[in-house]
Amino acid sequence: MKVNSSAAAALMGRKTRGVLPGFGLTLGYTMVYLSLLVLIPISAVFIRSSSGGWAHFWEVVTAPRVLASLRLSFGASLVAASINVVFGLIVSWVLVRYTFPFKRFIDGMVDLPFALPTAVAGIALTALYAPNGWLGAWLKPLGIEVAFTPLGIVVALTFIGMPFVVRTLQPVLEELDREVEQAAASLGASPLQAFCRVIFPALWPALLTGFALAFARAIGEYGSVIFIAGNMPMRSEIAPLLIVAKLEQYDYAGATAIAVVMLVLSFAIMFGINALQNWAASRHGER
Amino acid sequence: MGRLLLIVTALLFLCVFLVLPLLVVFAQALAKGFEVYYLAILAPMAWAAVKLTLLVAAIAVPLNLIFGVAAAWAIAKFNFRGKSALITLIDLPFAVSPVIAGMIFILVFGTHGWFGGYLRAHHIRVVFAVPGIVLATMFVTFPFIARELIPVMQSQGKDDEETALSLGATGWQTFWRVTLPNIRWGLLYGVLLCNARAMGEFGAVSVVSGHIRGVTNTMPLHVEILYNEYNYTAAFAVASLLALLALLTLAGKSILEWRQPELRHAVRRPRDRTRRAYS
Repeated sequence: MKVNSSAAAALMGRKTRGVLPGFGLTLGYTMVYLSLLVLIPISAVFIRSSSGGWAHFWEVVTAPRVLASLRLSFGASLVAASINVVFGLIVSWVLVRYTFPFKRFIDGMVDLPFALPTAVAGIALTALYAPNGWLGAWLKPLGIEVAFTPLGIVVALTFIGMPFVVRTLQPVLEELDREVEQAAASLGASPLQAFCRVIFPALWPALLTGFALAFARAIGEYGSVIFIAGNMPMRSEIAPLLIVAKLEQYDYAGATAIAVVMLVLSFAIMFGINALQNWAASRHGER
Repeated sequence: MGRLLLIVTALLFLCVFLVLPLLVVFAQALAKGFEVYYLAILAPMAWAAVKLTLLVAAIAVPLNLIFGVAAAWAIAKFNFRGKSALITLIDLPFAVSPVIAGMIFILVFGTHGWFGGYLRAHHIRVVFAVPGIVLATMFVTFPFIARELIPVMQSQGKDDEETALSLGATGWQTFWRVTLPNIRWGLLYGVLLCNARAMGEFGAVSVVSGHIRGVTNTMPLHVEILYNEYNYTAAFAVASLLALLALLTLAGKSILEWRQPELRHAVRRPRDRTRRAYS
């Protein structure tokens, strides 16, 4: 088929790029739709936040309540993404390497946090961890309170971020050569040594990517958190909720200032992930 | 021994973080019996929310589908400068908090927004009305279908299309008869994921909806209202419908992945997939 088509193209004397129609139409449509729906509305945030001047922006962003919410959002996201890296590695390892009953079913369920609406996740987790809930009633005698505390925020963000780590690690683990580990073992390496020296070096770009994806998603998360958080200013109020609170008071300068901080950090993380994946892909290709 | 420990740890983690939250939704919804459950689901306000959710998805998903096909055609079949920048820009909504996704449309179309004066003079409501909900949903689900289709189309190359054209087919005939059958599973996969998010979106829609009962309440927003009124059984009853939707989405996803194994990791590894497809 390849020969036929290129021969036909040669016969008709066209350049390869000119053979398929629709380049102008589809690229033009893509650019217009992208600009109208995404780029222009997002630019409104930056334009609006700058209308009050730099001094006002700085004043809003460094207010104690705003700083506390940003610290909480980033701190809780960091903790949740770290939990996900540890357990995501175990889960993906188990799913790739071992066989056990209902494995296919369990594997499919890993995507539940992607598919379950965040508000549903939020009320479900709150019901579980409330003092009279299935897990809350169990944790209460131990002195652990989850619902309506920052710990609850970490639980919700862990739920939301888990599939990112598992789904990033799985394909890398599948491609990992078992013979290398066996070689390490036959040369006298303990399983721990084999993991640290052989498996981990191949895995860490994917681990870091999964961590960054889970972290980025957690920073902006709103629906699953607000039900379980308690939402006390200075204590358990996340940054997205503070944006909503400021919008409800028609404080657009305040809301956009917080939004700019979050957007800049999120975009930085996204470009970091892209660079990391490109670098990992090129490294992968060289092997 | 170590192997058993790892399996048990993984299953315990998944049980606490996946199975229990899902079970608790249905347990709470049915806590007061089937009759209360049916009454909660059949309540007029719940039905209004279901209809609005279906309407929003029925507008947002097809529009993003057309965009996804157009973007994938341009990106997968042609080479041009700035292609990787364009792919990054398409992913942009994934990096934006849902709350900010809602807020941007208030800044553009709200009373004090860019077009606020004009819209007001012409008695058009966008924000705190259905158009705003549709826009916010479209923004949040913008990348889904394009992200699925770009790697699928890239891996298929353009030989089939060039052959069809050389045999005298027109561009549209080539698209409908050659390209579309080739990408149908990837397309369905993207639509499935896009639809799940469109029907379940909460944060972005919450900011632009204004929470007017029976008018601008989607299902997730209705869950929140019922929950905040301490009407837990009704809240979980509506939530159980959304949980069923999630389960159906996962089932459909698994079936498509079984039919077309390449779809599995397409989302996050476009580069690798293309490489593998060509090797």
